Amino acid sequence: MSVETKFKPRFDPTDPIFRWVSFGAATTLLVVLASLIGTLIVGGWPALSEYGFGFFLKFKECPVGNNSWFCIDTPWNPVTDVYSATAPILGTIITSALALLFALPIAIGIAVFLTQFCPRQIAQPLSTAVELLAGIPSIVYGMWGLFVFAPWFAKTIQTPLIIAASQDPTSWFAKMVAGIPNGANLFTASLVLAIMILPYMAAVFRELFRSIPPQVREAAFGVGATPFEVTTSVIIPYVQKGMIGVVMLGLGRALGETMAVTFIIGNSHKFPKSLFDSSSTLASTIANEFAEAADLHRSALIALGLVLFLITFTVLAIARWLLSSQRY
Amino acid sequence: MFKFFKGAVAAVLLTATLTSAATAADTISGAGATFPAPLYAKWAEGYKRTTGVQLNYQAIGSGGGIKQIQAKTVDFGASDKPLTQAELDKSGLYQFPTVVGGVVPAINIPGVPSGKLKLPGAVLADIFLGKITLWNDPAITKWNAGLNLPAMPITVVHRSDGSGTTFLFTSYLSIASNEWKSNVGASDAVEWPTGVGGAKNDGVAALVRQTAGSIGYVEYAYVQKTGIGYALVASKDATWPQPTAAAFKAATAGADWANAPGNYLLVLNQPGANAWPITGATFILMYKEQANPTKAAEVLKFFDYGYKAGDFNANDLFYVPLPANVKTMMRKQWAQQIKSGGKAVYTSPNP
Repeated sequence: MSVETKFKPRFDPTDPIFRWVSFGAATTLLVVLASLIGTLIVGGWPALSEYGFGFFLKFKECPVGNNSWFCIDTPWNPVTDVYSATAPILGTIITSALALLFALPIAIGIAVFLTQFCPRQIAQPLSTAVELLAGIPSIVYGMWGLFVFAPWFAKTIQTPLIIAASQDPTSWFAKMVAGIPNGANLFTASLVLAIMILPYMAAVFRELFRSIPPQVREAAFGVGATPFEVTTSVIIPYVQKGMIGVVMLGLGRALGETMAVTFIIGNSHKFPKSLFDSSSTLASTIANEFAEAADLHRSALIALGLVLFLITFTVLAIARWLLSSQRY
Repeated sequence: MFKFFKGAVAAVLLTATLTSAATAADTISGAGATFPAPLYAKWAEGYKRTTGVQLNYQAIGSGGGIKQIQAKTVDFGASDKPLTQAELDKSGLYQFPTVVGGVVPAINIPGVPSGKLKLPGAVLADIFLGKITLWNDPAITKWNAGLNLPAMPITVVHRSDGSGTTFLFTSYLSIASNEWKSNVGASDAVEWPTGVGGAKNDGVAALVRQTAGSIGYVEYAYVQKTGIGYALVASKDATWPQPTAAAFKAATAGADWANAPGNYLLVLNQPGANAWPITGATFILMYKEQANPTKAAEVLKFFDYGYKAGDFNANDLFYVPLPANVKTMMRKQWAQQIKSGGKAVYTSPNP
């Protein structure tokens, strides 16, 4: 038995307009993305065709008689127009990887505490504080890094390490901590990056842990598991894939981070050889030099942008795929 | 629904009217160098009060300024780096200097007071080449008998961003040292043989302050504003002038503007016992043939105002005004060079 409706669908002339407007809104983003890639390829083409594959991987020749690892260097010379993306690519990957390494355990710790142990009265303000941290503009982190964190780091950590290393200047330890003791280097840049991606990662981890049905957790406690066992054997495995996705999103943010890194990485285009060496990233190089660059220099910078785009795009694509295959 | 569209259309129309009102003939536009931007803004403020004409200046960098004037999207371009006569002729441009600034080595050496360390150009180049690595190197102590220089490693700090300051500094090092000229060269960004990079003057100054035993280079205005330690550089006459407004003025006055084709002149290593060796002017670029004579005249009148009433602002903001004779020369050039349909757009007040 069915009910006959007396209503006829009302025709409103604005309906198709509304439909097309929303279709336009949806496609705008795709068009922007496509034209962005197009611009990067067209703009970077002069540099890419000039240097070919050498743009991505190119080293200077070592001086005669010096074949050690420490003579390796890569060119970036706006005067003679020779550019290689090797050092910035490496700087980007090292800083992002180190930042993840520092941020990941702390982010998991925050999320576990917030979802498992934290009394409800503290949980809300603590969560809000974490979210507030995520909203601080990156240039603020950069200035804090350069004017507060770097001098402190140089004085309390870097200088004692260098003094300790001077006992045996040929050891690997000495080579890893070699550098100018002013706190502007790969390591401090990674630490500042870690602080920047930390709140974001912690917030998403918390959401992931909250998505676990309470029965699962209660069942684990019910069979006599300790909180540590519940966390490591039940909770984390339950949202494993999603967590990898969050890590990739954090990595994506670290890769593209510009201003904070520019302030504190020391901005040298040399091939980084120690943890405390000054370096540069793809984004910091573009931010530094784009305003005054011309011709091939400008094209090389746009090509760096393309490289960064491809790296970030790959990372985010993997993250999306992992997050979408996660059951909630 | 229709109401919403009506509102939107009205808003768009309103914006359009407002924009067109703002771009009427009483506005002049320019783009380019960031170094003189605060001064141009100050001049524009005063000029608007007296004449009602508004300047719209975008500090997008010298390279961008040159591009914008070549694309004719602005009435004038501004650049810290002068174009050569050949480059000017290729696009039919004319350039003139507005104000002068200088570059000063900033230092942080424990036990060495500001303004005492003496560095001849060649020694400065060797430090930035990474050839001299200790502050008590004989090449440095030779010139500084009275100073107690520590056995401390030298850390070089340079600009990480492309900059007119770097262009001036590396151009000077190229004059002072053949090795610098052939191995590194002069540009607004170079491949630094050694050292770390700080973003802008602030970044360089911060790194110098934080690193004991470091040397960098900053704009003169920055030394004045922040009181960072500085070193002296030998003048062409082998004297040791202090970096003051008078020293930059002396360098500019000694420079041979009359015989500089297209006003292409780097005021580096100029003769005179008081002339600071790393001095440079910042330039304005305009088309010689102007389609709109009123607008071109308005631009020149603005810079005439800058030359006249703006000196006060220049001193205030630690820029150095051009010497009077150079200003007179430029005003004469404006009358001769900038034309519209064969007619001069500007008449020099005192020919």
